[in-house]
Amino acid sequence: MSNIHKALQERILVLDGAMGTMLQAYKFTEEDFRGERFKDYTTPLQGNNDLLSITQPEAIKTIHGKYFEAGADIVETNTFSGTTIAMADYQMEDLVYELNYQSAKIAKEVADEFTAKEPHKPRFVAGSMGPTNRTASMSPDVNDPGYRAVTFDELRIAYKQQAEALLDGGADLLLVETVFDTLNAKAALFAIEEVKDERNIEVPTMLSGTITDASGRTLSGQTAEAFLISVSHIPLLSVGFNCALGANLLQPHLEAIANKTNFAISAHPNAGLPNAFGEYDETPEEMGEQIEEYLKKNLINIIGGCCGTSPEHIRVIASIAAKYKPRLVGGF
Amino acid sequence: MSETKNQQPITINQKRYMKLSGLEPLVLNKNSNFINVGERTNVAGSRKFLRLIKEEKFDEALDIARHQVDGGAQIIDINFDDGLIDGKEAMVRFLNLIAAEPDICRVPIMIDSSKWEIIEAGLQVVQGKCVVNSISLKEGEEKFIWEAKQIKRYGAAVIVMAFDEVGQADNYERRIEISQRSYDVLVNKVGFPSEDIIFDLNIFPVATGMDEHKRNAIDFIEATKWVRENLPNVSVSGGVSNVSFSFRGNNGVREAMHSVFLYHAIKNGMNMGIVNPALLEVYDDIPKDLLEHVEDVILDRREDATERLLDFAETVKGSKKEAGADLSWRENSLQEKITHALVKGIDAFIIEDVEQARQEADAPIEVIEGHLMIGMNVVGDLFGAGKMFLPQVVKSARVMKKAVAYLNPFIEAEKSDKSEPVGKILMATVKGDVHDIGKNIVSVVLACNNYEIVDLGVMVPPEKIIQTAIDERVDAIGLSGLITPSLDEMVYLAKEMQRQNFEVPLLIGGATTSKAHTAVKIDTQYNNAVVHVNDASRAVTVVGDLLNKKTNNDYVAKLKKDYDEFRTKFLKRGKEKSYISIDEARKRKYKIDWETSEIIKPRELGIQTLEQLSLKELVPFIDWSPFFRSWDLHGKFPAILTDKVVGEQASIMYKEAQVMIDEIIAKQLLKPKAIFGLFEANSIHNDDISVQKKGKEVAVFRTLRQQLKKREGIPNLALADFIAPKETEKTDYVGAFCVAIFGAQELADSYKAKEDDYNAIMAQAIADRFAEAFAEYLHKQIRIKHWGYAEDEFLTNEDLIKETYKGIRPAPGYPACPDHLEKETIWSLLDVENQIGVSLTESLAMWPAAAVSGYYFANKEAKYFGLGKITDDQITDYSERKGITKEKARKWLHPNIADQ
Repeated sequence: MSNIHKALQERILVLDGAMGTMLQAYKFTEEDFRGERFKDYTTPLQGNNDLLSITQPEAIKTIHGKYFEAGADIVETNTFSGTTIAMADYQMEDLVYELNYQSAKIAKEVADEFTAKEPHKPRFVAGSMGPTNRTASMSPDVNDPGYRAVTFDELRIAYKQQAEALLDGGADLLLVETVFDTLNAKAALFAIEEVKDERNIEVPTMLSGTITDASGRTLSGQTAEAFLISVSHIPLLSVGFNCALGANLLQPHLEAIANKTNFAISAHPNAGLPNAFGEYDETPEEMGEQIEEYLKKNLINIIGGCCGTSPEHIRVIASIAAKYKPRLVGGF
Repeated sequence: MSETKNQQPITINQKRYMKLSGLEPLVLNKNSNFINVGERTNVAGSRKFLRLIKEEKFDEALDIARHQVDGGAQIIDINFDDGLIDGKEAMVRFLNLIAAEPDICRVPIMIDSSKWEIIEAGLQVVQGKCVVNSISLKEGEEKFIWEAKQIKRYGAAVIVMAFDEVGQADNYERRIEISQRSYDVLVNKVGFPSEDIIFDLNIFPVATGMDEHKRNAIDFIEATKWVRENLPNVSVSGGVSNVSFSFRGNNGVREAMHSVFLYHAIKNGMNMGIVNPALLEVYDDIPKDLLEHVEDVILDRREDATERLLDFAETVKGSKKEAGADLSWRENSLQEKITHALVKGIDAFIIEDVEQARQEADAPIEVIEGHLMIGMNVVGDLFGAGKMFLPQVVKSARVMKKAVAYLNPFIEAEKSDKSEPVGKILMATVKGDVHDIGKNIVSVVLACNNYEIVDLGVMVPPEKIIQTAIDERVDAIGLSGLITPSLDEMVYLAKEMQRQNFEVPLLIGGATTSKAHTAVKIDTQYNNAVVHVNDASRAVTVVGDLLNKKTNNDYVAKLKKDYDEFRTKFLKRGKEKSYISIDEARKRKYKIDWETSEIIKPRELGIQTLEQLSLKELVPFIDWSPFFRSWDLHGKFPAILTDKVVGEQASIMYKEAQVMIDEIIAKQLLKPKAIFGLFEANSIHNDDISVQKKGKEVAVFRTLRQQLKKREGIPNLALADFIAPKETEKTDYVGAFCVAIFGAQELADSYKAKEDDYNAIMAQAIADRFAEAFAEYLHKQIRIKHWGYAEDEFLTNEDLIKETYKGIRPAPGYPACPDHLEKETIWSLLDVENQIGVSLTESLAMWPAAAVSGYYFANKEAKYFGLGKITDDQITDYSERKGITKEKARKWLHPNIADQ
């Protein structure tokens, strides 16, 4: 049994909070994003947060450190958009391997420091694999519903490259997250299976979907349970939901899947819903109260935060999580 | 007589159950009924489907799929194995189209082909958990294992045909042998989840006249039993119609054969199958004699079973049944049918419905603006309430488009001479954002309404938007964005439009946008119209109003006012804002050019009361929308009466309100009273209004001035700005009024005494409507008669509600003049309490409650605004001017004081 499986049996594991929200505070300029290395790059690079793992690694490491310090067991690599498909926006497809490798490497360095300090609480690095900016089962053109802007194979190849680089850089597990089109996620899982097969290794894999609107469905139209069924063919470490909703609104969807799967359940909700200005203003205490409801209901194995959450949120969540036992994960 | 090998009831060996998914789950459990797989989307199963695919009529082919699901298919089998079809291309195209049809793809898909490349292409385009139909040991174990591994990795269940290197299993023993071997390979060598294995044990025809076919059915049934008892967790399926192949042309017998076969197969563990529901009789409804003959054949009970059934079959007439879609909605009213079609995304009947509507309408455009928009508003409401989801809305838009495409030629024909589009709209998702689904929906809906769309796509830089808008001379710009940084892009673009002196309206939409953000951050950057349109179905009306050359000025003015008020309200909720000193604000007052501004002297100066008025005269002035809002029914009157969601309830309420109003008028249960006065006036000391009678000051209205820091050139308003200052030495005028409806409390109490709370509330709501209507009525009388500054005004009631007339009647306690204390000034000026009996409570509420009081300003530049927050220096100044303690001023102005 790998370390993470063992830890998962013992306690509720805490995932980190938002990277983007933390980076905003640095107010990095176009020059900061570029650094020395990309100072003459032809496309604007401001906003390419993943690139900061290369151009501002200290900031990324500091943020990872803050989350570990706040009590996180797992931090996510700064690679949400680290695929050739998402990086095409910045014409940085060729940099994808390095971005993922470096992101995993610096996260792992910070994790190892903390594990060395507190051996009883090993820290893990989850390689973050975002949804890309294209959907494999929906047409971007309403007049041509049969059109697809990306194919399964394009996604599979892109995800495979990302997964390999993340693992090479030292990621302990992979996290396919913010899934709004299940077919994209299936391509990622397919790629991960290929890597496992070729390298003859086990890779603990977390999968986290996103319920986008009041209908309680993913953007591609699936109910929470249909989503769960569609991704359960791979032995996942955990399945769950993140983003789009605050903790309270996420709860019914977690309940919808918790008693229907033997995988561990994860959640990393937003700090509430964004206000009219796109800011998240739920306090750590407010969020913590809602998350405690999950724990009281024994719904959760891995808990963290998404948009708008900070180390303070994670500190509160970690202290609450420590008081509860993890949800029992069925053993098949 | 049955020769069934084992008479004991079946003991199914099952611990885990198959789970499949489309948009919704299909989960088997021990209580699951037989899973019915639709077969009409199979080129081998439906000649019509084959023809449609060959002719590339995919739209109609989709209708067949929809028909299957509507008809109860829980999985649909899709097969393009035909020599004349590019199966891979057709599979991908059809599955992609199905993915856009939520009412079809809610069920799991069965990808059916004998070619692996077609199966794999299918697996790559379906998000849900599918069934692959099928694989087998036909070409050896290696290929079987490889395909099974791939299927597992794609996350699908699989049908395994009872077929091996030797051939197809055609008896009991071979079925068992191949099933056992396939199972072992799948479970042990591939690690395939046993619950995701489905055996197709080959259903072959019986009653063919050949002896070796006699046991075809019974062997299948018995093998099914063995498989379900011995191979844990698997399912058994098959294509049922094969069994009756020799009775083609005699549907009566075929239906009975299918039922009998299924009855016995299901009892023995067959749990899914391909069945044409139209060719299925209810087992209990099969005539006794036919049943006996059929069972003899299926269960191989007699040597001469086939001959006997053949003889008997001559006497059985084929029965035709339509086990089709539920079409009961076709019996509803025309509007209901159109709404249903839009909500469900069904385009099969939309043309005929729209044609009927067109014939009934005065002009074809009315069908779009009426029937179709009513339907789309329902779609919008359901979407907003989470009862519809995006793919369904997109489908609704497509039905809409089809309807509009049909109507367009008629609309064109009517227009004849001027057939150009009604407007050109630029649509773009802003820089840095790739989300465009919402934008596309709005584009489609607008295009449907004859707007020409210039769609710049996603991640559009502001320079490109500006340049295209100039080059293409667009009439409006629509910006969309889903992510939060897009909000800043929109603000930037509004600034640019202002800088470059644009005049076209700016539409804002997308998931993170909000009315608040639009009002506070975008509207303030651009002097022309800015509208938040977050709902595709409303886009048409908004754009229509914006581009209507006759009324758009009023509409834009109202919009600006609305956003200004919204902004004020929103800003009251906190957040740091910058304020300027009251002195500075006064320098930035609204400056009317008093040299040229027309001042009209009222015809009747002085105070008058109005008590002899019939409520009947007020009825046309009633604005019903707030009435429904007070009952939590949201929508605009009169459209709300036909609203799909609340229409029925709204209609009931409306009818009951009419009954009560009739009774109120007949029995004079409510009594309207009003008092008003028109006076000479000048503004003094910037913010006060000196009210005079024959040059003698009789009262001073104290007004408050906006202090929010605004952009250069935007004034800080106070009501006093609309009255000529003393220094101009021009005599200006101002009015004050109070209207009230007496008797509402008594009426409500009389209902309450009868335990009728419902009518008690109704009475109060009606009294409130009458009070508002009275204020509107009186204002009109003031404009055209008593003051007479707009004697040639002709406005419809709707215009009144929209406040399109000249002059304003702001009320103390409302945004422009939030100080309730000013009511005391009006009360003493008009002697309201003594004259008509309306009193002020301790908290300065009016009694009776159904009352409105306020000022009249007649200058055509006078407009409504919201005061917003003010700062301490104005409080000090105000309390000194008004002669009250600062503490008292603070108390009454509390909600408007900026926390600094």
